[in-house]
Amino acid sequence: MAINCTVNKKKVSLDIDPNTPLLWALRDHLSLLGTKYGCGIAQCGACTVWVNGEPTRSCVLPISAVSNAQITTIEGLDPVGKHPVQVAWDELDVPQCGYCQAGQIMTAAGLLKKNPHPSDQEIVDGMSGNICRCGTYHRIQEAVKLASKKIKK
Amino acid sequence: MKTSRRDFIQKTALFTGVFTLGFDWFSADASEMEVVASAGRFNAFLSIDSLGKITLFSPNPEIGQGIKTAFPVVVAEELDVDWAQVQVEQANLDTKLFERQLTGGSGALKHSWERLRKAGATVRKMMMQAAADQWKVDVNSCKTSKGVVLGPSGQKATYGSLAEAASKLPIPTEVSFKDRKDYKIIGTRVKGVDNKNVVTGKPLFGIDIRKPGMVFAQIIRPPFGATLKSFSAEDVKKMPGILDVVSFKNKVAIVGSSTYEILQARASLTCDYGSDSPLESNSTHAKWFDEGMKSDKAQVMRKDGDFAAALAKAVKVVEATYECPFISHSPMEPMNFFADVKKDSALLAGPTQVPQPAQKAVSDLLKIPIDKVQVEISKMGGGFGRRLNNDFVLEAAELSSIIQKPVLVMWTREDDMSGGTYRPAARYHFKAGLDANGEITAFYLRGVGLNAGNSTRQDNFPVGAIENVLIESFDQKSAVTTGPWRAPITNFLGFAEQAFLDEVAEAGGKDPVQMRLQLLAKVISNPVGKITYEPARFEEVIKQVAEKAQWKKKPGVHQGFSVYYSHLSYVAQIAEVKVENGKPKVTKVTAVTDCGEVINLSGAENQVKGAIIDGMGHALYAKLNFQAGVASPQNFNAYRMIRGNEVPVIDAHFVNNGIAPTGLGEPALPPTGGSIANAIYAATKKRHYKQPFN
Ligand code: FES
Ligand code: FES
Repeated sequence: MAINCTVNKKKVSLDIDPNTPLLWALRDHLSLLGTKYGCGIAQCGACTVWVNGEPTRSCVLPISAVSNAQITTIEGLDPVGKHPVQVAWDELDVPQCGYCQAGQIMTAAGLLKKNPHPSDQEIVDGMSGNICRCGTYHRIQEAVKLASKKIKK
Repeated sequence: MKTSRRDFIQKTALFTGVFTLGFDWFSADASEMEVVASAGRFNAFLSIDSLGKITLFSPNPEIGQGIKTAFPVVVAEELDVDWAQVQVEQANLDTKLFERQLTGGSGALKHSWERLRKAGATVRKMMMQAAADQWKVDVNSCKTSKGVVLGPSGQKATYGSLAEAASKLPIPTEVSFKDRKDYKIIGTRVKGVDNKNVVTGKPLFGIDIRKPGMVFAQIIRPPFGATLKSFSAEDVKKMPGILDVVSFKNKVAIVGSSTYEILQARASLTCDYGSDSPLESNSTHAKWFDEGMKSDKAQVMRKDGDFAAALAKAVKVVEATYECPFISHSPMEPMNFFADVKKDSALLAGPTQVPQPAQKAVSDLLKIPIDKVQVEISKMGGGFGRRLNNDFVLEAAELSSIIQKPVLVMWTREDDMSGGTYRPAARYHFKAGLDANGEITAFYLRGVGLNAGNSTRQDNFPVGAIENVLIESFDQKSAVTTGPWRAPITNFLGFAEQAFLDEVAEAGGKDPVQMRLQLLAKVISNPVGKITYEPARFEEVIKQVAEKAQWKKKPGVHQGFSVYYSHLSYVAQIAEVKVENGKPKVTKVTAVTDCGEVINLSGAENQVKGAIIDGMGHALYAKLNFQAGVASPQNFNAYRMIRGNEVPVIDAHFVNNGIAPTGLGEPALPPTGGSIANAIYAATKKRHYKQPFN
């Protein structure tokens, strides 16, 4: 039986194995390639998307669990890149290779949605679940701070 | 400055729409023809069309080192345009157009610095000439600013309006470059040209490649040293979404229409392996290190004076052994590649640091003429040297030729971590003989590497400052595949040497910074044998870092020093450690780098900070174990990567000397393990001899 959910405000119907992790449904079946595979075992955060507004690791979440859910991927955060987190990421020139950054941005935007003005320690803790092999950690932390300031305005 | 014809394209046809003559390098791709038809391609690196659109082409693969931004910055500077005016495009592999299209060895800027400046300066001169002709004035009375030629009596013409006329002029053979005090872009903070696409999740990477009719595949590879005896394909072939199961070169490939279906099929496939000789385990490697240390077959890499005689006379002898395991590169984007092999042509696309060798290897393997093998370069989710080995390209091409379909071969994280071409494991033994004043009179190093080639860097400092030196290397062949890993060899040798020199300084009663400076003073006044580094540049980074980090001037702060020269750049570091709950914690690393002219300050800082974090993370945690030819761990749950809550403050400085730029993707890594280990020693009196520390 097909699984219906909403992805980036569009209704979709997935008629595939219900055990398929959301990550692969997005990438292989919905052609949403912004969400990345890094480990497949919920360790790196590269695959982070929002499920009903909550940052979630899509590599270990079967689509059977997202029936009727609202899913937001990096493509849906703000398609033209005007979300404060995206703007801050560009302004501070965070990306090196860029591969982990969709997951970082979805985690950061999720963090700021819950807590628009986090302390430095809350930023460090909130972002430490995401690996960046290039080591952009300092700029990630600074960019979350900058995005938080942008939200204030 | 002479302009060589080689860098420039015959451009007479550019504005006429006749592209057949002199344009064989464009193959017969209609879409590319159109692009060229509407754009005045002045040379390999840039085009300016009559509407004023300026496009800069970046030839080298981008792995996160920032080359796609840095190269065009240099061209734009000499062209004298506003950075906001230009667009940057990744050029595909084109061996006729570009001389060096690869990423590795931190060598791109050193190679291309002259070339890039010439590419910009030449076209700037042509624009001025075109304007001078039009205004009937002397070209020397014209100036440029922000993509506009300015005439002596206030005339103005944009490059776009001059493009057609300029393109018809002869290419000047003499051009002059800007004085660096007039630089407007070089040395500033320029944001990555791909940032916008990255933050909006555009499909930029190899793993995102989608082509019509494409299928997916994963490949099961044998343990190191093993051969495939049999595998159970029949049931697997019937599983949903599975299109084929084929075997080649001891590997089994599962071809399917989606990743998850292939993963499911993989879980039910069993392979039987055999081997002629025992498969390698940790104990094999330990035994090989012991044997290699004793072997009389080590190669003498360097000999100055008489080490043995000098050691016999030494008042004090310091000795230490250091060891590092095989480690994986683990770029965030696992290996993958797309191939579409037809009877007599092939299209390859994806993340390789070395597209040209990929083209050649595929041409050789499949007997397809090299000019029929096309390579598209995608952005890469990191490389760290792993994508210098084209094994994954060849596999994809071979599989595509077998199944006769366009295919994207994807490696899981487990495949990537267990699939080889690792940083080689190595063991080092150092000995130093000191005289009564604590001066080093004798210095010995033997490196034993497993598939490491020469595991030493025999001409590197402190060699050149010591009268009696013996450096030996012993390489043991292993079935475990190895390859360059960010700062090859020096990524661990740098740690071992800098940690050892810290012990030597202590034994000789010297301050580690002062000891380095005294040794360098000796190299300057009276060098021993051949030296490959510039001692004055070494001195400068050392002095600056000592000042910036307030070496030994911060009461209660435990500091460790190191300095290393690699890829023609010099990096000195001071790490600081504090003890928290009985455990040492690295709180700060100050680094001073001399990589010559800094092209993009933002990118340069990223490289230095990234390399230090990389060096620290791997020094603390990384290790692969081997059991019967199989590497583990295979994923990030047990193979720990450094995380954002563990990184120290990093204070990155650059020497401002205007020397031609040298490498920066790697040089900040080798000194890192040493500065940290030496700071940990200062805090805890415990020395580290092995990586990982934890
Ligand atoms: S891919 Fe999901 S956490 Fe790594
Ligand atoms: S930017 Fe490369 S992994 Fe984070």
